[in-house]
Amino acid sequence: MHPIRKKRLTIVLFLLAGLSVAVALTTYALRQNINLFYDPSQIAAGEAPTDARIRAGGMVEEGSVIRDPDSLKVEFKVTDYSASVPVEYMGILPDLFAEGQGIVAMGRLGTDGRFVADQVLAKHDENYMPPEVSGALEKASKAQTEAAAETATY
Amino acid sequence: MWRIFHKLGSPKWFFGIAARFMPWLLAGGLLLLMAGIIWGLAFAPEDYLQGNSYRIIFIHVPSAFMAQSVYIMMACAAVVTLVWRMKLADVFVKAVAPVGLVLTFLALFTGAVWGKPTWGTWWIWDARLTSMLILLFLYGGVIALDRAINDEKSAARAVAVLVLVGVVNIPIIKYSVEWWNTLHQPATFKLTEKPSMPAEMWVPLLLSVLGLYLIFGWLACVRMQAEILVRERRTRWVKTFVTTGKV
Repeated sequence: MHPIRKKRLTIVLFLLAGLSVAVALTTYALRQNINLFYDPSQIAAGEAPTDARIRAGGMVEEGSVIRDPDSLKVEFKVTDYSASVPVEYMGILPDLFAEGQGIVAMGRLGTDGRFVADQVLAKHDENYMPPEVSGALEKASKAQTEAAAETATY
Repeated sequence: MWRIFHKLGSPKWFFGIAARFMPWLLAGGLLLLMAGIIWGLAFAPEDYLQGNSYRIIFIHVPSAFMAQSVYIMMACAAVVTLVWRMKLADVFVKAVAPVGLVLTFLALFTGAVWGKPTWGTWWIWDARLTSMLILLFLYGGVIALDRAINDEKSAARAVAVLVLVGVVNIPIIKYSVEWWNTLHQPATFKLTEKPSMPAEMWVPLLLSVLGLYLIFGWLACVRMQAEILVRERRTRWVKTFVTTGKV
């Protein structure tokens, strides 16, 4: 390679390397601002501020959804399977909202550890499958737990 | 290898070669894209959770994928411009930047249309969506900077530097869903693992990605040819081409 081109190539590579380091350090320093929401374990550890509007995200705990019969009020627990946060919400939930599904709620964390949400968004994962497959999977897992329960009783 | 590389630097040589490939790129691209989209929209099974609304993936993923691919290609061309001062590399960057802009816009738009029924919102400032918006602005910036500088050579260098600076955004887009908490789900297609959807879903998706790649190749050729004709308008070969239609 021609020496002048070699020199230009080194300059380009240096530019890219320097830039990457700068961006990496900036995004690392701002990681909590870039994170869209706090995990339940972060909230449990007291990392989330109680005096600002924040987002909390995680899975809706199985069996935790309590709907008020007279209004749109819903209570449920958001969990990341190591900690869980009780959430109150008044309003219309997205179609995908269900127990075991991911959600991101926006609102305020009370000092009592309850999260009062004014917006609930559904989060879905990257797995797609036809309904028959998902039904079959569910049946299989149910059969497995039943079988496990049976062996446990014997 | 170096000989082909240097030949590539000749706009006239490229003009002739591109004309030969273009019909194939267009025919193959249309075929694959139509097959992928029709299969995906009409025949692929619906999703257990999202029902039919997930089908926008067959447009969303190819355009988002191409938007990033085009930028990476532009960055490679920018290195060639800066190091080897090859005219054709700059022609490429100038020709495909608007294509990338449209693809990025399409990805953001289809994403918003998809987000409303599934997430419950058109837009959220999560890392994936925001970095994709930055990509849109980068494409816009590249186009604007190129238009703003009259001198062809200094425009080429300035644009190349901007493209290179912007390339750090690409890994951020790619890994945003893994590095940070986002509303956007992680990638369905992974290089090392099987895709997390059944074959009757991912095959049409792959077809439309490949189809869009070929269509992009065709578009790039058309736009580069036009740009070459404008730049080389004073040369003899362009004059003979315009009068006789032969390169």
